[in-house]
Amino acid sequence: MSHDHDHTEPPSDLELRVKALESLLLEKGLVNPDALNTIIETYEHKVGPRNGAHVVAKAWTDPAFKQALLTDASSAVADLGYMGRQGEHLTVVENTASVHNLVVCTLCSCYPWTMLGLPPVWYKSAPYRARAVSEPRSVLAEFGTALPESTDIQVWDSTSEMRYLVLPMQPAETEDWNEAQLQALVSRNSMIGVELARPATALDQVDNDS
Amino acid sequence: MIGGHDLGGKHGLGPIDPEPESEEPLFHADWERRVFALTLATGMLGQWNIDESRHARERQHPVDYLKQSYYENWLVGLEKLLDEKHLLEGAEEQQESLRIPDAAGAEKILASGGPTQMSNTAPARFGIGDKVTVQKRQGSGHTRVPAYVQGASGEIVDHYGTHVFPDANAEGEHRGEHLYSVRFDGELLWGNESQGQAVFIDLWEPYLEPAK
Repeated sequence: MSHDHDHTEPPSDLELRVKALESLLLEKGLVNPDALNTIIETYEHKVGPRNGAHVVAKAWTDPAFKQALLTDASSAVADLGYMGRQGEHLTVVENTASVHNLVVCTLCSCYPWTMLGLPPVWYKSAPYRARAVSEPRSVLAEFGTALPESTDIQVWDSTSEMRYLVLPMQPAETEDWNEAQLQALVSRNSMIGVELARPATALDQVDNDS
Repeated sequence: MIGGHDLGGKHGLGPIDPEPESEEPLFHADWERRVFALTLATGMLGQWNIDESRHARERQHPVDYLKQSYYENWLVGLEKLLDEKHLLEGAEEQQESLRIPDAAGAEKILASGGPTQMSNTAPARFGIGDKVTVQKRQGSGHTRVPAYVQGASGEIVDHYGTHVFPDANAEGEHRGEHLYSVRFDGELLWGNESQGQAVFIDLWEPYLEPAK
């Protein structure tokens, strides 16, 4: 499972501090316990990167949708039912053979929740936030991603409430695949821009895993 | 403010060391889950906005900000806001006037979000293709203009309309300003060793002036 980060084993005083705060808020009636459960349930089980994968696979198979997505992403994804907190305003940027896009938030952790759910630890980490803007190739290398020297790298620093989603390139030899098959190739990381979409050969692997 | 949170271009922070996507849990400890939920639930009380919330996390000693984990910074911010807004020691009548969302209420708020686009009759000062220079901003208040781009020049590539201006919003003033996507040459920001061709940054009109 996950490897050891120092935050996985917080000092017990931190756990106690959170427990004390929650008890106080509940006691004062400032939060509703059912609302807390709903908030957690929403992001643990309902809102996650499958939403983004749906949007990307649809864009790969439906040229009209892709055009709408690149023109006004907020409306295009709202038509599929995707709207909500941290996804109110959305821009989709397209990767091509000559341009690769990468998304970061150097000031905090802005991330398209409605498309991808909550951001992973590395996206919120100081090294990623520091380095993505200045040394994107080294950052991509840490994810095992190597791009040709001729590919331009464009980095999007999410400083406003506009959220950015990368439309990865469709993997080779998937032209006759349907939307459901293609969704399995769309990783979360490919929609942030640190990786490419999975190759066609990955689908067997995905099938075996599930 | 140029605090510990303003990280673009900083050196010495080490490798990213990402967990494999398929293996990463959403939360790494139960207390993180609780801090996340408490932060969103108390935010729904409407006693502070997202920019005040961000500023509460930023107003820490940079060493603390960098040493603490992500959700620990959220906890610090939440404790600070609850204290500064006197929410925990408030008079009974103040708390009675608050609307505490239940499960259905919370679900509705999450689903509808909080759009920041506003109407504005003031004409936009800049148009697509205009060259602009980012002003130096050294105030200690909240801002969304990263230090690494202050003083740099770039080109307006998109106009997103008018959005709530974070610098004022963090002080409790709900006001809109034109928001632009601005493209900066990688080399201009990072010199000859820049690994990227361009950085795109969203910047509000008060941050910008015509390029010198």
